[in-house]
Amino acid sequence: MGIQIQNISKKFGTYTALDQIDLTVPSGELVALLGPSGSGKTTLLRIIAGLETPDTGSIHFNGEVATQRHVRDRRVGFVFQHYALFQHMTVFDNIAFGMTVKPKAERPDKKHIRKRVNELLLLIQLDNMADRFPSQLSGGQRQRVALARALATEPKVLLLDEPFGALDAKVRLELRRWLRKLHDEIHVTSVFVTHDQEEALEVADRVVVMNQAKIEQIGTPEEVYDHPATPFVFNFLGHVNLFHCRESDDDQAVAIACLNGIDTGTVGYVRPSDICIRRNAEAADDIAAEVIFIQGAGALPHIELRRLDNGETVHAELPRDQYRQLGLKTGEQVFVHPTNVRVFAPNYQI
Amino acid sequence: MSIFFKQRSVLPGFGLTMGFTILYLSLIVLIPLSGLLFKTATLSWEDFWGAVASARVLASFRLTFGCALLAAMINGVFGLMVAWVLVRYRLPGKRVIDALVDLPFALPTAVAGITLAGLYAGNGWIGQYLEPLGIKIAYTPLGIIVAMTFIGLPFVVRTVQPVLEDMEKEQEEAAACLGANRWQTFVRVIFPAITPALLTGFALAYARAIGEYGSVIFIAGNMPMVSEITPLLIITKLEQYDYAGATAIATVMLVFSFLILLTINLIQWWSRRHAER
Repeated sequence: MGIQIQNISKKFGTYTALDQIDLTVPSGELVALLGPSGSGKTTLLRIIAGLETPDTGSIHFNGEVATQRHVRDRRVGFVFQHYALFQHMTVFDNIAFGMTVKPKAERPDKKHIRKRVNELLLLIQLDNMADRFPSQLSGGQRQRVALARALATEPKVLLLDEPFGALDAKVRLELRRWLRKLHDEIHVTSVFVTHDQEEALEVADRVVVMNQAKIEQIGTPEEVYDHPATPFVFNFLGHVNLFHCRESDDDQAVAIACLNGIDTGTVGYVRPSDICIRRNAEAADDIAAEVIFIQGAGALPHIELRRLDNGETVHAELPRDQYRQLGLKTGEQVFVHPTNVRVFAPNYQI
Repeated sequence: MSIFFKQRSVLPGFGLTMGFTILYLSLIVLIPLSGLLFKTATLSWEDFWGAVASARVLASFRLTFGCALLAAMINGVFGLMVAWVLVRYRLPGKRVIDALVDLPFALPTAVAGITLAGLYAGNGWIGQYLEPLGIKIAYTPLGIIVAMTFIGLPFVVRTVQPVLEDMEKEQEEAAACLGANRWQTFVRVIFPAITPALLTGFALAYARAIGEYGSVIFIAGNMPMVSEITPLLIITKLEQYDYAGATAIATVMLVFSFLILLTINLIQWWSRRHAER
């Protein structure tokens, strides 16, 4: 089921949480709402669920207005950051809850409920833990139970509020891959909120980047990462080097600007992985720099350099083989060459 | 023995705290109570039986435990409602109401008893309207229930209130998302979460009501077999210098109270079986 969000605004007192948001979530997609805390992403999710009422605007489910519909009639599954499992119920009863509170006429019989819960337990790989209480489970297991509980009533939309936020790094990674796989199997329209750009880029079909109550960009993970629409998106989706191109400078900074056909007085944005390091100057716009710190562990060794001309720090990431080939040492003088410089209209601020 | 008691912990002072706890409990609770038992033990079985199984004493047991149970149940229901309103709603003068709840704790029980008796007597402010309807409260078992309810109310409110305040809003939101209506959310999600606290409050109110003397005797009328509570009977025996008879009744009361509180504690333990171990 597709979700259409039109002109939604929400204020809490004088604080604007959402400012005229328009968004369409196509049926069957997994969409990430990505943004820093306070960007309004959780509020938007809660408005979709019906847990919060918007000040203006409307929500449509498959074209039908749902703005006034009560949360229990919206048929959404909601997964909370801190699980919100019912502590006094077993895993089985937690998952069965949604089915057992249905009006008598629609309620499935006991046998059917048992069958459905067992299916879900298999799906979340906790089939031997039906009789445990939530307090006896680990964080990752609790979140999977919460997910199964949300799925038990066959919701039209699945909403997840920072579902992996309370988990440790390794479990988080496992669980988000599992969620992706699960979504590929059941194809329920899903929206999840996260402040972790890696998570959003890895899991989602489409990423909605939010900042200060507004949407900055909507696109596939590749689109938002490779073609960020604003400096905020560029900055939020990874590390970034800023090259200030001042008019008075007749050094390399201007050269970079010129290289890309850009007016001076602007800022060039370059990802650390788009910085070339070489021992000898090969182009006119190569910048002399000194290696000040090397972090060699990890898939992409991280090198910190200081420009000799203006003392600014440049971050670079090299592929491992190139890193080994270069054999860099701290204190060495090298040349850096930025590629893929992005420039935004100067009135933007990060 | 030390193997059973000693637990490795980074906090020092286990021996000291354990010793202090036992000493304190002994001085304040165990020694007086065992004194009671020793005094009772001076009676022969026949005398003991004669003291506790007379019709008048049995009637007082029935009255005390029965009225206390009803009063605690009334407090369980209305105390929960008061706590709910104080936690969930914004009312004008909420702080004043909140402070009023503790008043039965602070008021001398005799004052409460005389006030209640005055109000509910046939010519009192409230009693004068009830009497024509055929409802007599003062000087009947009904009056005893009123007094016991009055002194027990704060226990339920004060034990349930913090638990209600700490309840995660998400649990209710989760229930609503899963399609539960308000009533189902209350019965299946909220109520089980506050049950242990409610039982604690109930047990405290019950225990307090069983032992209550000051506020009850003024409104009870103290007619033997009808509205005479056990604590009053004990005082009567003491005034007749029948110390052993008084302690015999007290011992029975003690044992019953202990059994009841133990049962409530077991139910409570059962209702918290899901809690983190």
